[in-house]
Amino acid sequence: MIAISQQEPEAPEVAAPRGIWKVSVSPHVKSDESVAKIMWTVVACLVPPLILSVFIFGIQTLIITAISVASCVGVEYVTQKSLGRKVTIGDGSAVITGILIAFIIPPGVNYLLPVLGAVMAIYIGKHLLGGIGYNIFNPALLARAFLMATFPVAMTSAWLPPLQDLAIFSYLGTSIDAVATATPLAVLKTQGMAAFTQQFGAAPNVYTNFFLGWRPGCIGETSGLFILLGGCYLLYRRYITWHIPVTVLGAIALLSWIFGGSGYFAGDPLLAVLSGGALLGAFFMANDYVTCPTGRKAQLIYGLGVGALTVLIRLKGGYPEGICYAILLMNPVSSVLDNWLKPERFAPVQGGA
Amino acid sequence: MPTLLTFPKGGVHPPEAKGLTAGLAIETMPLPAELELVLGQHIGAPCSPTVTRKDEVTEGQVVGTVTKGLGVPLHAPAAGTVSALGVSAHPMRVTTPSITIKTNREIAPVQYSRQEWQGLNREELLQRVQNGGVIGVGGAGFPSHVKLSPPPNNPIDTLILNGAECEPYITADHRQMVEKSAEIVEGAQVILKILGISNCQIGIENNKPDAIAAMTEAAAKLSTPQAQVTVRPMQVKYPQGSEKQLIQAVTGRKVPGLALPSAVGVVVHNVSTARAIYDAVVLGKPLYEKVMTISGKGIARPANLLVKVGTRVSDIVAHLGGVTPQLAKIVMGGPMMGFAISTLDIPVTKTTSSVLFLAEDEIDTSEHSQCIRCGWCIEACPMGLEPKEVGIYVEAGRAQDTGQFGVFECFECGCCAYVCPAKRPLVQFVRLAKMKAKR
Ligand code: SF4
Ligand code: SF4
Repeated sequence: MIAISQQEPEAPEVAAPRGIWKVSVSPHVKSDESVAKIMWTVVACLVPPLILSVFIFGIQTLIITAISVASCVGVEYVTQKSLGRKVTIGDGSAVITGILIAFIIPPGVNYLLPVLGAVMAIYIGKHLLGGIGYNIFNPALLARAFLMATFPVAMTSAWLPPLQDLAIFSYLGTSIDAVATATPLAVLKTQGMAAFTQQFGAAPNVYTNFFLGWRPGCIGETSGLFILLGGCYLLYRRYITWHIPVTVLGAIALLSWIFGGSGYFAGDPLLAVLSGGALLGAFFMANDYVTCPTGRKAQLIYGLGVGALTVLIRLKGGYPEGICYAILLMNPVSSVLDNWLKPERFAPVQGGA
Repeated sequence: MPTLLTFPKGGVHPPEAKGLTAGLAIETMPLPAELELVLGQHIGAPCSPTVTRKDEVTEGQVVGTVTKGLGVPLHAPAAGTVSALGVSAHPMRVTTPSITIKTNREIAPVQYSRQEWQGLNREELLQRVQNGGVIGVGGAGFPSHVKLSPPPNNPIDTLILNGAECEPYITADHRQMVEKSAEIVEGAQVILKILGISNCQIGIENNKPDAIAAMTEAAAKLSTPQAQVTVRPMQVKYPQGSEKQLIQAVTGRKVPGLALPSAVGVVVHNVSTARAIYDAVVLGKPLYEKVMTISGKGIARPANLLVKVGTRVSDIVAHLGGVTPQLAKIVMGGPMMGFAISTLDIPVTKTTSSVLFLAEDEIDTSEHSQCIRCGWCIEACPMGLEPKEVGIYVEAGRAQDTGQFGVFECFECGCCAYVCPAKRPLVQFVRLAKMKAKR
């Protein structure tokens, strides 16, 4: 026999004990967005260009990225532990920095470079300058600037020609010097348009190749298509707005068209946008929340500034590509712009300001 | 459908969660054994009791009056005996003086009948509103007769009735607009007569099509050339029901900082206040009952209830079958601006429009982190403020320097904290800032 317990259904609990309920200041509901959700979504948007880079430059792009990400997360962990701060490696922001550092260095560099870059970005650029939200400069770009200064040769020459036959292991173990090539912007800068056309082809082939990513360049910057797809997804999710990407790219296109050719209005705006790190910078670095202005009007001016400086450095500076320095130069201007272009108060109280 | 009105800057779209109660007709809660009447029901001086312990009171009898300053009398919601003059728990003030009445359920409720009001003049109508104990039942509880006597140097041309009910969950105004539309429209006409104007606009969010239909019909039937009532459907966007935002949505006018709506020729009342004015003026019934929404996954049976002012939350919970095991937080008012309470002994006042029993998955419990400067709070703030700056200053111990960010313009709508991906308690930061900053 099975004993059947004859329990009454429990009476509804009316007077629950005092103080078991949460008490906090309104609002009691919050949107389901979070820092981690935003950051991991950005990471997801960076994965397609990463995978593509393996087919363009070989498997070592994946190795460099993995080293960079692991170093960034590791440095963040150690730094936060040692500073007695809360460890926030789960929020994905160190992972983004790691991917971005790898994306903006050449595919043929020594594996030590991403490690040093990570230390620079996370320890100095992020945490010594106050931690997320307080750092003035984009950490990944700081890392690149640092690597450019300390390893100028590797950072400006370890370029690989794109693979034609998906032989993704072919560069492993080979001496980089034997295969190294030059980036389109460098060719354009030092040898001129004729050499450029000879090496990379003429329109429309060159546009297609550049748009898909089959050109020498930094690991993650070459595929305009995949970067645009990721950027559009972030726009769709409303994690970013059009203001900075459009003004950056617009300024680059316009100014390159006017000043980039042999005479005025003879430059190639499309090529300017598809070259170098313009797209990657416009969608994934210039609009980094922490280091760009928060106001929309300020963002427009900021974006124009980044674009203009990029073209200035490309055409007149010592380097063929300038968007990294352009963004770093504009970073400290963000708070100035924000202070200048405050949001319009609905009903300012007289004398309250 | 005419174009939907809204305010241009900021605002958020929290999940509406009104489905739990939107379709439920208003149900009258049986008279509880005791009522606790809080003496300070409204802004201004609290009432002084006019009864003492052991006094017999009748339904609608005045039990408290204001001797000085702004105020309206307090009425006994039911017949019974005064059992104590003591203190009650209060969501904001911890405890507050109150009158406790032991109700007598033997005595039949008072029946009110329609009285002529069209022949009364402005002063007589105002007197009825004041004697009826009417205050703004939708919000801060400003005595209505004061709001209806705007300073003479600001000519008024528009009455706006607020039927936005933009807080999630709450459907009390919604149900009253569906079930008591004629009363609300007539209440609006009383107000129009008091103000000496002819134009009333009722703003209702588009998520209440049945309320819009019922109110439009009642308005069409009752409108006269001297008292024209128009329903204006609005977009669903929080905080549409905030006075300044509502006025801008309906009239396009911007109320300046620290000014009253009368500065732009507008008077705003809640739809449920219009109904209370109808009761007080047309029926001669003072304000001592309240339509409330009781909702959330933490209550056994969500409902729209007609309760007596002074009913304890614990009695409401018992009437609705108790709380559920998921209950994690109890909020008086809406989830965006309401107060969390930690005891069920709190009595309902004239301004309580809801009590929400929220489960863990309905509330936010995440920890906050550092500001990532995404700027979402700035985008969401309907007042054009920079909540992130206030938060950073307060955290840095510089709350006294936040006046520059206009913290006193903040009405604590919670849009900024709602959108913040770092889950920063921005409203709390603003409150701290207001305490320290100099005006
Ligand atoms: S709570 Fe204050 S600061 Fe935040 S959005 Fe509302 S008005 Fe703006
Ligand atoms: S929404 Fe939150 S994280 Fe974003 S700027 Fe405002 S306070 Fe900072």
